[in-house]
Amino acid sequence: MSIRIAGLTLEHPVLNGSGTFDAIAARRAFGDELGERFPFSAFVSKTITPEPRAGNPPPRLFETPSGMVNSIGLPNKGLAGFLDQDLPELAELPVPLVVSVMATDREGFSRLVGAVGARDEVAAIELNVSCPNVKSGLIVGEQPAETLALCEALRPLTAKPLIVKLTPNTADPAAVALAAEQGGADAVSLINTLRATALDPATGEPWLGAGSGGLSGPAVRPLALDQVRRVAAEVGVPVIGMGGIESGADALEFLTLGAQAVAVGTANFRDPGAGERVRRELEGLRGQAPALHLN
Amino acid sequence: MTGRVRAPFGARECEVVERRETGGYVVFTARDREGPDPAPGQFYMLATDGWGGDGGRPFLPRAFSVATAARDDRGVRLGFLVEAVGPGTRALAALKAGAALRVCGPLGRPFSEPRALVPGAPGAILVGGGIGIAPIAILRRHFSMRAIPARTLLGFRDRAHAGGLELFECQEVGLASEDGHVGHRGYVTDLLEVALKGEGAASAAVYACGPPAMLEAVRSICAFRGATAELAMEAPMACGYGACFGCAVPRAEGGYMRLCVDGPVVRADQIETALVAGSGH
Repeated sequence: MSIRIAGLTLEHPVLNGSGTFDAIAARRAFGDELGERFPFSAFVSKTITPEPRAGNPPPRLFETPSGMVNSIGLPNKGLAGFLDQDLPELAELPVPLVVSVMATDREGFSRLVGAVGARDEVAAIELNVSCPNVKSGLIVGEQPAETLALCEALRPLTAKPLIVKLTPNTADPAAVALAAEQGGADAVSLINTLRATALDPATGEPWLGAGSGGLSGPAVRPLALDQVRRVAAEVGVPVIGMGGIESGADALEFLTLGAQAVAVGTANFRDPGAGERVRRELEGLRGQAPALHLN
Repeated sequence: MTGRVRAPFGARECEVVERRETGGYVVFTARDREGPDPAPGQFYMLATDGWGGDGGRPFLPRAFSVATAARDDRGVRLGFLVEAVGPGTRALAALKAGAALRVCGPLGRPFSEPRALVPGAPGAILVGGGIGIAPIAILRRHFSMRAIPARTLLGFRDRAHAGGLELFECQEVGLASEDGHVGHRGYVTDLLEVALKGEGAASAAVYACGPPAMLEAVRSICAFRGATAELAMEAPMACGYGACFGCAVPRAEGGYMRLCVDGPVVRADQIETALVAGSGH
């Protein structure tokens, strides 16, 4: 099932969504077995920002029907902390490393892409232009012109593949995807979480510490499928599809609609071995047409 | 103590071998054929077959401290204490013997061994409140088997919820209940204050699990008396192994820890307060 995507050769088409699997923490919990059975064909890191971030005040999670709302707030060690502490450990993973980066301005993005792109341990960079939890992160990914300008500015800074993570919180995701492609992106990935709010049933006040967050899980899958379909129909670069994938059959639907690879996200929370199972099931379904029910 | 025990990778299926109701709680035991013996204070993420089937909830697994663990030739029998308060706990509390239970664990940082205890001083004091007696039960047993002297103080809302006492077999425990039907009328932390009166308090090692308000009282009493304390805490948690960053607990020094990997047992002086927004739900 090996695939070639954005200049990377991957053993199979199942990646993880950024921020849904911490390979370093998982190693503490599961030991060497994690490396032996690593579930993903490439590891996408949690998003790093130029400076360290503590993340949002709790509560950060809210369970919803077939999904969850989160407002984590991109806690991370910052660029320097990531390069010093996390990168050496992530470099030991048995798969290529994709580093997700995000900044609130072009200078910050440039610093990240320049520094991360200069490291041999890094196979590709994912630009997080869509995280709905950080106020300033929304703007770029919502607008084709902003996305184009950012990609054009970052493209010359690295020879590494650039993947643009698209936000679903926009009227025309295909237009943003085309802008990313035009700006030099080697691939696009979608969807990120949908903006969402949860109320405390006891008080009627916002439940999440940050007020609102993003919805993920199987609840968003039909919407994710539609956005992947629309984007894949427009762009020439590969599409990494994600949004509520829980099984090989789910993954096959994304592939059928034009994605070259898929990512498992929230399902990792329910079972750290979910990615391994999705890959195994997908292998079993190879050559089969999915049962699509389009009206 | 054994330190953090690592879990097999991925969720696995166990069989529920026993279920009984005791007071307001359900104690169920599952046979884990593949996993290691957990260390006291560690937890498992639990889900049932058909999880998510009823209106899409429960969707995420639920974190439970292990209350008992006994190995035989067919694996380790893991005991959990459940109170049916929401969709997840209702599904778990309804599990019958023979049913499948999905588990991932043991996870997290366990309790640590007490320092050398000073003769005549209060020594190791175990404090459990309500459903939080679960990790105290396995810790008590662990100490008993190693002949580590420890006093156990337990608090319950009322007589019905004192059913969890059976986890302590015939061991000697100090009791409190809010309605006065069992033991001291009031809070278990009243008993802790008495236990920590006097000169030797600073050499005491307190281990506690219970509702956030109880843990906060334990934290502040121990800080005042100079006693070391380890608190087994809870926070809303999606994954249990450091992936989701949901279970943020503020650190005393600023920033947040992830309770699933930096806890669930934390040193009381590492946190600012045990009253964390969203916990206790």
